[in-house]
Amino acid sequence: MARHSVLGAVLVGALALAGCGGAKVGDSSAGAAGDCGTFNLAVNPWVGYEANAAVLAYVAEKELKCKVTKKELKEEVAWQGFGTGEVDAVVENWGHDDLRKKYIDEQKTAVSAGSTGVKGQIGWYVPPWLAKEHPDILDWNNLNKYADQFKTSESGDKGQLLDGDPSFVTNDEALVKNLNLNYKVVYGGSETALIQAFRQAEKDKKWVIGYFYSPQWLLNEVKLEKVKLPEYKAGCDADAEKVACDYPDYDLDKIVSKKFADANGPAFNLVKNFKWTNQDQNTVAKYIAEDKMKPEEAAKKWVEANADKIKAWTAKA
Amino acid sequence: MVAVAAPRQLPRLWHRYKQALVVGGIVLAWLVLWLLLRNFGTLPLDASELTPLHRWINSVNDAVGASRNSNPVFLYFFNEIRLVIDEFVRFVQALVAQPSFGRPVPVIGWLGVVGIAGFVSFVVAGWRVALLAVAGFVFLGLQGLWQESMDTLSLTLAAVVISLLFGIPLGIWAGLSDRANRVMQPVLDFMQTMPTFVYLAPLTLFFLIGPASATIATLVYAAPPAIRITAHAIRSVPHNTVEASESLGATRWQTLVKVLLPSARKTIVLGVNQTIMAALSMVTIAALIDAPGLGKTVVKALQTLDVGTAFNAGLAIVVLAIVLDRVTTAATERRTLPRWALFGGLGITAVTVYFSYTYLWAAEFPADVEFGSSIRKGATAVTEWAQDSLTLITGGFKDFVTFALINPLQALLAQSPWFLVALVIVVLSFLIGGLRSAFVSAVCVGVLVATGLWQDSMITLASTLVATIMVMVLGVVVGVWMGRSRRADRIIRPVLDAGQVMPAFVYLVPFLALFAASRFTAIIAAVVFAAPVAIKIIADGVRAVSPATVEASTALGSSSWQTIVKVQLPMARGALTLAANQGLIYVLSMVVVGGLVGAGALGYDVVAGFSQSNLYGKGLAAGVAIVVLGVMLDRLTQAAAKRWTN
Repeated sequence: MARHSVLGAVLVGALALAGCGGAKVGDSSAGAAGDCGTFNLAVNPWVGYEANAAVLAYVAEKELKCKVTKKELKEEVAWQGFGTGEVDAVVENWGHDDLRKKYIDEQKTAVSAGSTGVKGQIGWYVPPWLAKEHPDILDWNNLNKYADQFKTSESGDKGQLLDGDPSFVTNDEALVKNLNLNYKVVYGGSETALIQAFRQAEKDKKWVIGYFYSPQWLLNEVKLEKVKLPEYKAGCDADAEKVACDYPDYDLDKIVSKKFADANGPAFNLVKNFKWTNQDQNTVAKYIAEDKMKPEEAAKKWVEANADKIKAWTAKA
Repeated sequence: MVAVAAPRQLPRLWHRYKQALVVGGIVLAWLVLWLLLRNFGTLPLDASELTPLHRWINSVNDAVGASRNSNPVFLYFFNEIRLVIDEFVRFVQALVAQPSFGRPVPVIGWLGVVGIAGFVSFVVAGWRVALLAVAGFVFLGLQGLWQESMDTLSLTLAAVVISLLFGIPLGIWAGLSDRANRVMQPVLDFMQTMPTFVYLAPLTLFFLIGPASATIATLVYAAPPAIRITAHAIRSVPHNTVEASESLGATRWQTLVKVLLPSARKTIVLGVNQTIMAALSMVTIAALIDAPGLGKTVVKALQTLDVGTAFNAGLAIVVLAIVLDRVTTAATERRTLPRWALFGGLGITAVTVYFSYTYLWAAEFPADVEFGSSIRKGATAVTEWAQDSLTLITGGFKDFVTFALINPLQALLAQSPWFLVALVIVVLSFLIGGLRSAFVSAVCVGVLVATGLWQDSMITLASTLVATIMVMVLGVVVGVWMGRSRRADRIIRPVLDAGQVMPAFVYLVPFLALFAASRFTAIIAAVVFAAPVAIKIIADGVRAVSPATVEASTALGSSSWQTIVKVQLPMARGALTLAANQGLIYVLSMVVVGGLVGAGALGYDVVAGFSQSNLYGKGLAAGVAIVVLGVMLDRLTQAAAKRWTN
């Protein structure tokens, strides 16, 4: 008895629902891919990179009809992917001479695809309030004067120089030693730690000096000021232990897998021609980081406003 | 009772007293020598400095990478494994998570998955848990994270299935053979304490970027609990049961299948439970090598410090964990269902699956009903409030603990000459566990020196000890409370579950604002992760004290305080030592996360090794140092536990 009633109820319910079922799966289907094929784009974990990747992916999908597979990877793993054939392009590379040597010169699985047009800068930064109240702090010669102010629970009796994400090259320990600064490098260990420190410092007027870089979305929100270190001259950073000069300016470039370059398809052509400015990247990065837009939406908005640039990128060589 | 026992305990008490004197003497001598020899022979190594060993590991790593495309081991061995696992995960994803077989949606849509989850829970765990499962899965959809959750679920289930496929047979083997057990123990220790960051990049070299690498990374960490607990379960089947079976002429196979496995079943299911929890705690890390699902949402949100979005995704992981935990825990009880309920449930499930296959509304979770955005806003608001209003108090607290506890301990460990610390460790080990312990500790100390990271190891050890002390204080306070009150237990337990599986960085962002990038922040992160385990173990231990004993003590006029201190805690000391042991191991597994928020030392070395190829060797060495610290502390606490409970 009981069994029959349950089964009956199920059947009635099923029929009732089927009656008002609604749209069926497969009623509308998406378009097919064009002749571009698959484009494996590495996405490294920072917003500026995401901006480059989003715009490239959008153009490749919409204009060239490629099937874009974004792979979210750390830099090391992404470069390693050139050899295993799983990554076609890295579209914002910060120097990484060690990786260049290993994959471009030795294993010959990767090649450079030229500049992205974005200039990268690494250095020591202080929050804007500090630069305003003590303008002389922007010269490294005066740093020792303020060392006491930068003391924290981590730096003992010296001033704290906060370092961050170990993905970026740092000479800070050598710099502190060679410039005779009364500071101790404290390793925050992540970009998150740096951003929180600077945000907090500006809001509560705290003393913080640390390693940072531009372009970075935080600079739209908190205009950090760069401290002047002894000028960079070619070769002054050759011996890692004797470095006593500023970081060089980085020409952020694109790296692609050798196979991808040799095939010379439309996606490679796009990557090769892709070039914009810090201003462009900051705009898209702001859409993503502050306006909380999805990368695709951010890319769409920018692409629609900059049709002429896109035309140059997609032009046949 | 107490009065009768006292005279017999006197000699033992005297013995303890003497021992305390000896330990005190050693510490005093250490302090004096520290004053004299401070900063001599501390074996420091700068952040960018390498030893020949580190360089050698780098060159091996490079050579392996360079030969990847020609080496037959890669072509025929690793590639085959990768293919099988990739296909398996992609198949599960095709079923529930990803558009597949030329359809714009997965084979089974949300309604079908909810139906299946409800039915399976109903069958193995009863209708209450089934309701929880259905509510939990619908919640995931309402958060606006259906597809991400299903991707995570697919990967987790695949990793768990493979873990069990190998783990349970290996566990049975280790349960039956002492030799197998002895060989497996250190391997399992290694798998559980070696930081994932160390093998994440090499994994993608062996198994390429994709589901296979993510699954293998997960199962390296998740399989050991299944193996350990299965072995333990087999070993704890009473001897006479096994003997009775053998004397009745059963073969070994029959004894295993008819006697051992059924009696061990309950415990083995607990192992499955622990494996699932461990797998879920890997979700965010696996996202760093492109594992699909909730982890990606967390990682991405954190690039812009979007705590709201990260918390929403973290909460989905917690919900998945709680549902899977309650289902597997309830599954330890045997239950039989009336046939009508079974078939009725099956019928309903079939209908939901059919609908979700056919109709769009049942396939894709409706986007217009959701409260994910409210959760995001709420979490962001709470975070901002905390960051704005608590910084002064929390900053002061951090400074106090740092100067009163962390700095002195670190000074003692890291500024003493290495041979002095080594001597103290070996002598203390001898006092605790005899020659054997002294030998193990001596070997461990030797390996630490060999890694070239002695001073970093000592700094990490100091923080680890402070964190473990905090874990035990919390464990005793909250554990006793939960053990004595069912209601407290019911309310606190889900919070503990959340602490164990919520991705650390979600709460670390506000912590960084409250405590700045510092060793203390790293310690707090470790406490959040490790305290739940200690609390649960102590709560269960206190509850297991026989009610008759507690009643007797109350009847004799003891206050609650006296009952706790004189009866419940001493009788639960087995649980206390286990809690200390597990607390330590869990704290050590957070060393790398600590490196991301200012702990420096070994944690930072590992993180840096993952991020820069020329530091890879150093990162690996730091990983080994963490494992060695873990093994040493584990063996020491176990030896101490044996002494204390006997």
